[in-house]
Amino acid sequence: MGYVGLNPQSYLDYQGAGSQPTAGLELVDSNVDFTGESTIEFSIPANGYDSYEFYMVNIHPATDSTAFGFQFNAEGASGFNENITSTMFKAEHNEGDSGTGLGYHTASSQGNGTSYQRMSYDMEIDNDEAFSGVLTLFAPSSTTYVKPFMAKGSYIHHSGKYSQNTFTAGYINTASAIDEISFKMESGNIDAGSIYMYGVK
Amino acid sequence: MTSYVGTGFPKVIEDKNVGWVLIKAQKVTGGVSSVDFEDGTNSVVIDGTYDEYMFVLTNLHPASNDEGIAFQVNASGESGYNEVINSTFFRAKHGESGASHQSVDYVDSYDQGGGGTSHQRLCNDVGNEDEESVSGTFYLYAPADGMKVKHFISRMVECHSSDIIMDNYAAGFINTYKPIDEIKFLFTSGNIDSGTISMFGLVKS
Repeated sequence: MGYVGLNPQSYLDYQGAGSQPTAGLELVDSNVDFTGESTIEFSIPANGYDSYEFYMVNIHPATDSTAFGFQFNAEGASGFNENITSTMFKAEHNEGDSGTGLGYHTASSQGNGTSYQRMSYDMEIDNDEAFSGVLTLFAPSSTTYVKPFMAKGSYIHHSGKYSQNTFTAGYINTASAIDEISFKMESGNIDAGSIYMYGVK
Repeated sequence: MTSYVGTGFPKVIEDKNVGWVLIKAQKVTGGVSSVDFEDGTNSVVIDGTYDEYMFVLTNLHPASNDEGIAFQVNASGESGYNEVINSTFFRAKHGESGASHQSVDYVDSYDQGGGGTSHQRLCNDVGNEDEESVSGTFYLYAPADGMKVKHFISRMVECHSSDIIMDNYAAGFINTYKPIDEIKFLFTSGNIDSGTISMFGLVKS
């Protein structure tokens, strides 16, 4: 039987066996079915959750052959230009069944760089193509540790109709708390999409 | 208990009436040799109540430098945390110093086969400087199944002791038909100095 009451969180909390669970995955914020935005930004509550998950659905670029990525602001900072050390690798296969690969993508990784961290590159702009994926950010409110993140995504490369499966990970190289995140394309607007922000506790 | 703080119904409820629920969170604030989750102990459930279990490891800090986080399990009625594991391990990396250490590679020395019963590594060698730690997610599928081997998938993001980001992937199966009802996480040597491991169950619906 599904949920029939007025308090969805209580249902989420109490349907397990054994002792009563105390929390779960909670929707914190979202921007659903947006169109024509230069950036999508979320505030990250201080000491709100242990970690956060951002679910990105059908993110479509306005400009061909661009990249979709994210950056952060530490508390009190601005400009979305924190130092990031990161990796990216990807698996790929084209629609024509003539090309496959698995490899590191150096242009999408950073060594203490301040660029927006790519989760894709050379995206196709056709109307039926977009990026979807999930980004996990661990303990952004910590004032002791650097801030680890990891993401995975799927989209279509603009050359040769390649299915691209990307794996991005890294850390924001600051012990200061992180309180803002920004998503944007490297060039042009985000034409359309939805982003959901969940807290894990 | 925390309350729902979103603007609208959580999608997990609205769309499917299913979702992850927190079973047990263990926060380490003073050195422990391992973090254990045992069915029937301290409110932990590892049985057929849930189809799948997720463990979220947040900022686990080793007391000793250059150690990896690892896990092992006990089948029902067993002890010693020494079940047979078949596994794979690969990782991508990048150094803080410009374009250094950029690669993705399989690591032979961190996988197991041929009846291996070691603690399965989930990452490389974490540094123990104050700001360094390892975080990630570990999934255990259908541990209560009495017919099949038990699969696991893990991804851990690590601050390596040489100032390198390591994106580690371990996966495999526990080669037993018996139900699994105990799991432990530990560093390859030395204590877990601090950190949190939260255990979630995927609700059957």
